[in-house]
Amino acid sequence: MSALPALQALAARHRLRWWEALPWAAGVACFFLFPNYLAFGTQVLVTILFALSLDLVLGYAGIVTLGHAAFFGAGAYTVGMLAAHWGWTEPLSGLVAAALVAGVVGLLSGWVLLRTHGLTLLMLTLCTMALLEQAANMFSSWTGGFDGMPGLSYRPILGLFEFDVLYFRSQYLYALAVLLLCFAVVRTLAYSPFGRSLTGIRENVLRMHAVGAPVHARQVTAYAVSAALAGVAGAVFVQATGYVNLAVLGLERAAGVLIILILGGHGRLYGAFVGAVVYMVLEHTLSKAYPTAWQLGLGIGLMLVALYARNGLLGLGDALRRRWSAR
Amino acid sequence: MDLASILLGGLAAGMVLFICSVGLSVTMGLMGFVNLAHGGFAMLGGYVVVYAMRHWGLPFGAALALGFGAVALLAVALERALYARLYGAGELDQVLFTIGLVFVMIALVTLGVGPESQRVELPPWLDGQSDLGFLTYRTYSLALIAAGTLLMVALWLGFERTRIGAKIRAAVDNRRMAESVGVDVGRLFTLTFALGSGLAAVGGALGAEILGLDPQYPLRYLAYFLIVVAVGGLGKVTGVFFAALLIGVLDFVLKIHFPKGGTMFIYALTLVFLLARPQGIFGKRGA
Repeated sequence: MSALPALQALAARHRLRWWEALPWAAGVACFFLFPNYLAFGTQVLVTILFALSLDLVLGYAGIVTLGHAAFFGAGAYTVGMLAAHWGWTEPLSGLVAAALVAGVVGLLSGWVLLRTHGLTLLMLTLCTMALLEQAANMFSSWTGGFDGMPGLSYRPILGLFEFDVLYFRSQYLYALAVLLLCFAVVRTLAYSPFGRSLTGIRENVLRMHAVGAPVHARQVTAYAVSAALAGVAGAVFVQATGYVNLAVLGLERAAGVLIILILGGHGRLYGAFVGAVVYMVLEHTLSKAYPTAWQLGLGIGLMLVALYARNGLLGLGDALRRRWSAR
Repeated sequence: MDLASILLGGLAAGMVLFICSVGLSVTMGLMGFVNLAHGGFAMLGGYVVVYAMRHWGLPFGAALALGFGAVALLAVALERALYARLYGAGELDQVLFTIGLVFVMIALVTLGVGPESQRVELPPWLDGQSDLGFLTYRTYSLALIAAGTLLMVALWLGFERTRIGAKIRAAVDNRRMAESVGVDVGRLFTLTFALGSGLAAVGGALGAEILGLDPQYPLRYLAYFLIVVAVGGLGKVTGVFFAALLIGVLDFVLKIHFPKGGTMFIYALTLVFLLARPQGIFGKRGA
């Protein structure tokens, strides 16, 4: 060992570990194991991507937002309106357009909102989302209003793979590929000096000001990148399902993704995966049969997580492992 | 509709908003606790009043008093048992906890009463029209305006003229300083939390006529209560009063002129307002 083990540990943090292949192996395995559940699987993948984008602002930069669905919705409506009004149905360029639109919305709103903090910031993120939702409701000739735009169809991916309206086979693999790409972006960012400075801002903003870090610019950049990724998630959602409505912009979606991320564990990349899978499988099996009991259980679960398990399921796993190795 | 009737309708809605959210403003100002479950207390109050009137035949006023008392008691129990554990925690944990609490309240009400919306039966003396000389208007709306104004005066006197009010103001301005001169902020908080939740319960019952009453109530009006508090300022009774009236009137007017998506303007105005004055209407910069 060299003289600076701490430095080495820091430099080695970003190296890929063997278990990081597991989620992707599981993702591919599910494609073959559950051919009848790929529509649901696609939803899970989209949700993972959405939660991952939230992790960048909430987990790494420490910005508490109640309005992240604003960007999911911006991306969703971008590809929806492009297809419905201009016949732009090429999926990959649609993703780029959605990322750009959502990213610009994130950049502008973040630039303005991130001057505030605490309750005011929480309120402003909520207001931005509600503003977009009401705008989508109001300009119904463009957005379809409350009913949204059903029956959208997109051209084959890369001109080769048709969207499969019955079994969602191509949608699933498409979502998996997009998720892998976006994950690579988030992972690189999280372990970069930029990501470290975000963590610094989260932990002690005064000290980051004192060492001369451009705090506001860093936060806005993270916010915009996260918004663009959330926009991609929304776009994949619309391309896969072929419809968009006001629910993509609602408080329920914003609160849901927050819950998913916290449940899995925030600020640790894989929390989004664990949280989305656990939450959505539970929701899928319980919420249709017992909607009220599901809500009751979810509420109690949230209160317990807030009181006792602040680092989510992965944090619980860590605590158990530590206890095990301490014996 | 002429201007006066629109104004009166908006004022009545604003008074409901004021009664519902004033407690939230004070408790958030005191402890900095982000309580998203406040609307849940309003909803529970509405249900208690409906139940007491329908099944026990209590008169309207007595049912309101019961709703106030029951919800205030529940609030104290919850505050001591659960909220108190999260005072030092970050706002993220507080947000999660109170969202969870809202879900539990919604689910329990749905299980116990059912998902349909409820009606508060008004006593005959509130249920007609009143002649004001220059126009006739719904007695109930006029009564709401009167009740809200009275409450405002009472709260203002309580805040400005009593010892407890002075303690609350001191603790909102600078909690550590207040504690170091011997104010027991914890007990003060329990007291205001109970009072604020009880008021919300009364607001939920009084406002059922205007805002409706069903299990989704706390989520539907969450943004409204928060906007009123944020625009009015934390721990500022007068600020919340004017913010509630402003938003009540605006909302009323916009819903008439733009039935679809009219609330967009409220969110837009709130955004602009909070960016210009993050501390609320009467807030001091950097306070």
